[in-house]
Amino acid sequence: MTSYYEASARDRVNGVLDPGTFHEIVPPSARMMSPHLKQLDQPCAFDDGIIVGEGRLSDHPIAIAAQEGGFMGGAVGEVHGAKLVGLLERALETKPDAVVLLVESGGVRLHEANAGLIAVSEIMRAVLAVRAAGIPLIVLDGGQFGCFGGMGIVAKLCDAVVMSEEGRLALSGPEVIETTKGVEEFDSKDRALVWRTVGGKHRVILGDANLLVNDDLDAFRAATLDLIETKPDMSLEALEQEHSRLGQRIDRFGDCKDAVDIWRDLGIADPDTVPMLESAAFMAAIAGKRA
Amino acid sequence: MEALHFTFSGQSLSNTSHKPVLVGVVGSGNLEVLIEPATDASTCIVEIITAAVGFGAIWEAVIGDFVSRRKPAGIRVSINDVGATPAVVSLRLDQAWDSYREGQP
Repeated sequence: MTSYYEASARDRVNGVLDPGTFHEIVPPSARMMSPHLKQLDQPCAFDDGIIVGEGRLSDHPIAIAAQEGGFMGGAVGEVHGAKLVGLLERALETKPDAVVLLVESGGVRLHEANAGLIAVSEIMRAVLAVRAAGIPLIVLDGGQFGCFGGMGIVAKLCDAVVMSEEGRLALSGPEVIETTKGVEEFDSKDRALVWRTVGGKHRVILGDANLLVNDDLDAFRAATLDLIETKPDMSLEALEQEHSRLGQRIDRFGDCKDAVDIWRDLGIADPDTVPMLESAAFMAAIAGKRA
Repeated sequence: MEALHFTFSGQSLSNTSHKPVLVGVVGSGNLEVLIEPATDASTCIVEIITAAVGFGAIWEAVIGDFVSRRKPAGIRVSINDVGATPAVVSLRLDQAWDSYREGQP
């Protein structure tokens, strides 16, 4: 078993794809680096913190991107974003069986200000174009830095999300909430609270993620393969239903003080034990009880 | 940031064309090392960009140690560093050189 959480973005790409099939586009030797960081006299990375390319997954042709959280928390700068947009736009022409995004990002790279913001909006537009073309987009989220900010929105624009318990998915990160709303509202140092609120298990229970897997590269690979045929219903009727479901969610759970209250309300047995369950036992415990 | 440049001459490798390799991550206390084939098969060129200014002599010693231990040649080594310790730098250089010779991606 190889931990997805501990692996670098490069090792994750090679672990998810069939061995030896990955072909990188704009590799590190191209030295496509951030002009903004250089101007600010900040350290640059040869791949600007993202790996994009193509490969095969059980012989399915796949377009794949992986963000490296170790470099500036996987934050999206101009070059980083352009590499991802380029991959997505290329997918419209090459029509792979799926686009797989190994997200790990705090959102926009603030050093790059508007260039980073524009990059994120371009990613969103490109993601929607790929979806409209009927190519499934599958998000894998199990890295050390989670998936927040603009990339949190990007993840939810995709067709399917696979998470491990260690993964986190949200808009504002815990530190941001604490800074703006106070420690009484959200204590970002309380790791149990953070994972209960934005971690993989809660996301799966709420229906924001499709599947919880163990922190194992092979498990992520298998889950990606399972979801490769995913075709969510995108009819107007289905979308209206989804919106009304989300509207009811705040009515139903708005008074809950903690994620455990939501789990109890949903009828999950022994909600206090949920954080301790292995992924298979967890999926069994929440079967038919998801929001 | 400080840019450093060293050139070492070494024994010539058999002239196989290797794929470039990248190891490590540009994060605090860490570095990335990119090794590519160089045009001159008898030299080892090392280019470093580091966030820790004023440690040129230590870099020269660490890289010199790597060159004398492993006898690399015909390569261009490019490094982006964020204050990695000499021990980490040595390990990354060994890791990069091993991956490069094994032809791993």
